[in-house]
Amino acid sequence: MLYIKTVGAIFFRFTYGLTLYDGIYFCLRVHRSAGGSSVALLPFWRQCWQSAAEMIHSLFLINPTGDVFLEKHWKSVISRSVCDYFFEAREKAVTPENVAPVLQTPHHYLISIYRGKLFFLSVVQTEVSPLFVIEFLHRVADTFQDYFGECSETIINDNMVVVYELLEEMLDNGFPLATESSVLKELIKPPNILRSVVNTLTGGSNVGSSLPTSHLSTIPWRRNGVKYTHNEAYFDVIEEIDAIVDKSGMTVFAEIQGVVEACVRLSGMPDLTLSFVNPRLLDDVSFHPCVRFKRWESERVLSFIPPDGNFTLMTYHVSSQNLVSIPVYVKQNISFFDSGSSGRMDITVGPKQTMGKTVEGLSVTIHMPKSVLTVDLTATQGNYTYDLTAKVLVWDIGKLNPQKLPTLQGSLSIQAGVPKPVENPSLNIDLKIEQLAISGIKVSRLDLFGEKYKTFKGVKYVTKAGNFQVRT
Amino acid sequence: MVSCRCAETVLNMRSALVSAETLQLTLKPEAPRLEEQALTLQSSGWDKETGKHGNEDLKEMLESNKESLKLEAMKRVVGLIAKGKNASELFPAVVKNVASKNIELKKLVYVYLVRYAEEQQDLALLSISTFQRALKDPNQLIRASALRVLSSIRVPIIVPIMMLAIKEAAADLSPYVRKTSAHAIQKLYSLDPDQKEQLIEVIEKLLKDKSTLVAGSVVMAFEEVCPDRIDLIHKNYRKLCNLLVDVEEWGQVVIISMLTRYARTQFTSPWKEGFMFDDNEKTFYDSDAEEKKDQEETKPYTMDPDHRLLLRNTKPLLQSRNTAVVMAVAQLYWHLAPKQEVCIVTKSLVRLLRSHREVQFIVLQNIATMTIQRKGMFEPYMKSFYVRSTDATHIKTLKLEILTNLANEANISTILREFQTYVKSQDKEFAAATIQAIGRCATNISEVTDTCLNGLVLLLSNRDETVVAESVVVIKKLLQTQPTQHSDIIRHMAKLFDSITVSMARASILWLIGEYCERVPKIAPDVLRKMAKSFTAEDDIVKLQTVNLAAKLYLTNSKQTKLLTQYILNLGKYDQNYDIRDRTRFIRQLIVPSEKSGALNKYARRILLASKPAPVLESAFKDRERFQLGSLSHSLNSKANGYHELSDWPAVAPDQSVRNVDVIEPVKERAPALGKTRKNKSQDKFYSDEEDENEEEEEEGSESSESSSSSSEESCSESEEEEESEKSSGDSGKNSSSSEESDDSEQEEKKKAKQKKSKASADSGSDENGNGPVGHDSCSSAESSSESGSDSEDDSADSPPPQKKNANKSQSKVVMDNSKNQVSLLDLDDFSPVPVNTSQSSVLSPSLMSDLEGLSLSNMSPTLQVTSPTFSPVKTHELLHHMSGKGLSATYHFPRQPCLYQPSMVSVQLTLTNHSDQILEEIHVGERSPAGLSIHCFNTIERLQPEASVTVSMGIDFSDSTQAANFQLCTKEDQFNVSIQPGVGELLTPCTMTQQDFSKEQGKLMGMNETSATLSVSTAISSAHAVSNQVLSVANVGVVSSGSVSR
Repeated sequence: MLYIKTVGAIFFRFTYGLTLYDGIYFCLRVHRSAGGSSVALLPFWRQCWQSAAEMIHSLFLINPTGDVFLEKHWKSVISRSVCDYFFEAREKAVTPENVAPVLQTPHHYLISIYRGKLFFLSVVQTEVSPLFVIEFLHRVADTFQDYFGECSETIINDNMVVVYELLEEMLDNGFPLATESSVLKELIKPPNILRSVVNTLTGGSNVGSSLPTSHLSTIPWRRNGVKYTHNEAYFDVIEEIDAIVDKSGMTVFAEIQGVVEACVRLSGMPDLTLSFVNPRLLDDVSFHPCVRFKRWESERVLSFIPPDGNFTLMTYHVSSQNLVSIPVYVKQNISFFDSGSSGRMDITVGPKQTMGKTVEGLSVTIHMPKSVLTVDLTATQGNYTYDLTAKVLVWDIGKLNPQKLPTLQGSLSIQAGVPKPVENPSLNIDLKIEQLAISGIKVSRLDLFGEKYKTFKGVKYVTKAGNFQVRT
Repeated sequence: MVSCRCAETVLNMRSALVSAETLQLTLKPEAPRLEEQALTLQSSGWDKETGKHGNEDLKEMLESNKESLKLEAMKRVVGLIAKGKNASELFPAVVKNVASKNIELKKLVYVYLVRYAEEQQDLALLSISTFQRALKDPNQLIRASALRVLSSIRVPIIVPIMMLAIKEAAADLSPYVRKTSAHAIQKLYSLDPDQKEQLIEVIEKLLKDKSTLVAGSVVMAFEEVCPDRIDLIHKNYRKLCNLLVDVEEWGQVVIISMLTRYARTQFTSPWKEGFMFDDNEKTFYDSDAEEKKDQEETKPYTMDPDHRLLLRNTKPLLQSRNTAVVMAVAQLYWHLAPKQEVCIVTKSLVRLLRSHREVQFIVLQNIATMTIQRKGMFEPYMKSFYVRSTDATHIKTLKLEILTNLANEANISTILREFQTYVKSQDKEFAAATIQAIGRCATNISEVTDTCLNGLVLLLSNRDETVVAESVVVIKKLLQTQPTQHSDIIRHMAKLFDSITVSMARASILWLIGEYCERVPKIAPDVLRKMAKSFTAEDDIVKLQTVNLAAKLYLTNSKQTKLLTQYILNLGKYDQNYDIRDRTRFIRQLIVPSEKSGALNKYARRILLASKPAPVLESAFKDRERFQLGSLSHSLNSKANGYHELSDWPAVAPDQSVRNVDVIEPVKERAPALGKTRKNKSQDKFYSDEEDENEEEEEEGSESSESSSSSSEESCSESEEEEESEKSSGDSGKNSSSSEESDDSEQEEKKKAKQKKSKASADSGSDENGNGPVGHDSCSSAESSSESGSDSEDDSADSPPPQKKNANKSQSKVVMDNSKNQVSLLDLDDFSPVPVNTSQSSVLSPSLMSDLEGLSLSNMSPTLQVTSPTFSPVKTHELLHHMSGKGLSATYHFPRQPCLYQPSMVSVQLTLTNHSDQILEEIHVGERSPAGLSIHCFNTIERLQPEASVTVSMGIDFSDSTQAANFQLCTKEDQFNVSIQPGVGELLTPCTMTQQDFSKEQGKLMGMNETSATLSVSTAISSAHAVSNQVLSVANVGVVSSGSVSR
């Protein structure tokens, strides 16, 4: 009898959508738990309506082996069996990166991100901007990173309570509540061994008792009453070269993406102004919310009240008219022989346009075709490793010496009986050049207003390879 | 430098670790037994199944007196919850701690309550009183968290309590608590939808909140509880637009998407007509042409200022670090902005491609949809979509999709070269997709069809099977579009047939051979022979095509293939698959003539060998257009739960005045001073006025422009006529106001009412012509603008020929008036750069706002309008000579603008110059006579440098008499008596009125009001004047004018 009514209700729900029913229908909800299943009777209409309101319903953290090791529900509990759909998709995908971020299941939508070998899987039930959820999940991962130094299964398990408290503060009813690191850190103190000892002794807690003032102000990114004995403000201008170089050494595509990372430890409420010598170079920019956009529009200076500590001040894109100088060239020759199931590889890296600086941290990563079994190579400089399962060859060169160019050569052995690979693998280059912003951007000055103390200021320039690929 | 600092902290950490370890060592012996047990349990691992024993243990700890034990227990309970394990039997023990003083313990209890209250409703009620108490706590954090937990407890019995708490919190002083209440609204609504009406009231109240903290949350609540109550947004629309930049980022996303929906219902389309219908053409045509078309079409369209406001205020958010915000703005522009403005989002979207993989995925999906409609937008950024070998497959496929969409005659060679690299990719799925993409390029761009086809044929010799198979399929489609020339390709494919094993490819080849069997008459039967041999081993799809091939060959070449066909049909008859059996039966009846076969037999050839339309290769993203960009539905390409379709633009914009906020101001304060309110109002009304104007323009269209451009002389002369008529009526008004009524407040009220009415027209005037103020200083410009309003109204009301006559005549009046001045008073220098009687004046006069126009018209009929002086005959008069003023000299002139300060005053401009060699300090107006003389003084001039001069304006109420106003001009040391004597001409204010009104007003002018002395002189001069003479000679107009002159 009861069963029939439930079925009827479900039928109604699908035919008439969210209309209200006169009668109350009940449905069975079975809780799977360790001590057997308990059955609860719930009015059906509540089940109906719960689906109609919230953004992020639940969060599951999944480890590389496919176990849910944390779950958090901001509304009623959703069984973790919903993750099965995700596991199915994960099975199908070759690598974890290939899992589609948005999945549809009969009653829910699963939106996931993959960070630090973990899947953050959120369950939503209604229409929502998928980027909203993705951005939030990344913010959660960032917060964990910020709190615990890394974002891994062990560290999350070790700090389960803090993690839970954080999740509780970050979302209310599925809608982000406090995501700003400065606010969170006042609400929930980051774990710290000394404090945890003191807390055990005194019975104190790492939960703040009053609302952080910054939460209410128009500058939620900064807390009040910051005090330092040494006031310092350091800026790192980091530029990354994204490039695709084709077989013949021609640049198919190259652009420069930059980011200004700041480490500001200043007392009080400093108001900073950072200006560039050549702001025209900056084509497209995005800012930390602290930057006053109007000032940028009119004067091309960054005016802001900084958050306390480390933060990303801005990211920029250098206008594409400027020619991008490619710091290194790669001579490569990879060939697979039709007979004898083997291949040959010969790679040489040399400096191209380095602006007189030394190229450091040079490394070459090659994703070999699946049929390459082993490699037998010799490097004139640095070491190489070959991951047999992932088929990834990493040649770590280090500093580039223009007088004696590093080479890597030798033979590759291919699985017998398999046709030789069609395409040669492409090379991913990683490098670092200190004291150089490859675009030529230069900070002209930093001014401090609002506070009167001596500040140590510094700007550091670094150029790195971003997504630097050489096709072969 | 950074790394250096890091190292330091690491060192610090280490030392802390060491000290902590020693501390723990000393602690251990003191720790009680239970805690020790807890520690060992913990060390044994959280993952271990916690049985009854473990929970008993926790219960004991929770019921102990020690705070630290309780906390420890709660932490473990939360650990259980996080692991998804059942801890419900601890409910009674946990709920007791809800009133704990330890804030961390309390929070953990909250976590537990929210999780289990639904299951243990009765016990959960025990905690309610604690929350109710906490709701009154002076600490806002505690109030907020109490409300949060209370509303999260899904227990239906407490709905009334929640409702009450929400209502109270919505009026809380702390914006944080109000924000929490907005969240609670959604929770309560999902718990009990019957509360909807009451909740909407709260939402309505919270929508008026000015705090940026609240805005996002309440809009979220609005979206979930009553998204259809768009009327609640009207009054808050502008506020939300203006607050948007300061709202926290998550709120921005919600507000932007709500405003997108709102705008689509409230504004008219900024796109050209019928945009939705020529989508198909758009993919083929250049976007430039489209834009040009746009511009042509949008001419009569004027964007609603509110619409513009939204676009303007969201634009800076494209620079947000939050990708969701950028996407939200991008979709807003896509759905709301005029086509030529959408391009500004391009750069920002391309920037997002640098972000996380998941972000890339979503952004690429949206770009793919955008590129279908407008390839021009992303074409300059084509290289940003080049595929890297390290990209995930779904990202690669999306990039490929975009590149294909972007392909055109100009860039196709670049793209094809790029595709060549992709075809060789190790990722076979991707390589196959590339071949499809090449096929699409080939069909879309006819120039490269042959090149592509040749390239694909080359791929047929590829070693990889998937590549070959995909090529066959694509070639098949391409050949269908132009089959005539390509029999050699078909032959080539027939040769390849044996080596291809992928069934889809085999089926495609069979179909091709069957379809064009007459072009390959030798090969086709041979292929059929081979197929007859291997039929049983083939896949279903290949079998079906074999049957098709057999049938076609039977019809065209029955001599060779009759037996083969019958053999295949027999095989098919007993196939396991019913599709094949059905098909076989059908084909047999169709092609093999027998007595049973019906009429269709005759048409078999026409049925089977009909020319088939070529397949259209189009983007898989084509059908995603129907979804709003950036939505989950768009991403999934299927309608998600709770997706609201974006409505089409309304054909006619709904009432725009609903967004005016002047009537119901959320702020309680009522401006006490009349002047202040007026100011506010004018600011608030700014947009709405423009709206009115727009509406007017839309409706009238050419009419208004016609009237404004109709004839310069007309409008010019009209304004002068107004001035003339004002002379009489304005005069009377002033007299009566000062003598008879003398009730200032009443007068002002009337003015206000008047002003309201006239404002719209005044503003419209300014917009129509788009001209700024003449060349006067700010004060005078304001004034002249006020007068100008009348002009435009006049235009729209009635601009008949009689008026023209009037005007002409009155023009002469003004001139004579002028000349009268010259005679009776002082010389007038022409200050204004605008020459008299030029067409310019008509353009200028209506161009300014007329806040003050009503001021001088207190008790005139509503049709009366103050007109700007068509020329400013500025004669300067000396007020104080520098010899008598000890170095201070003063001159004055009448700027002929209505006075800012009071309507009855005449504005006077004083120019003070310091001719001495010391600094003059504190120049101000001192005593005045007669005593009742009201003067609005200029602000005291603190210091005047030698040889410097300053111009100030003041207002003097001459009480409509030519009696001189005497006052003292004082410096710090001295006082100088000065006097200003106005001419009659200066006391008048020009205004327009209809003839009837004029005579009516004239009728009121009796005895006292008549001033005759100087006017006779003026008549004499005017009659001497050639132009005016001419005017006077025209009919009865002269009678009226002479009447006014004789007053």
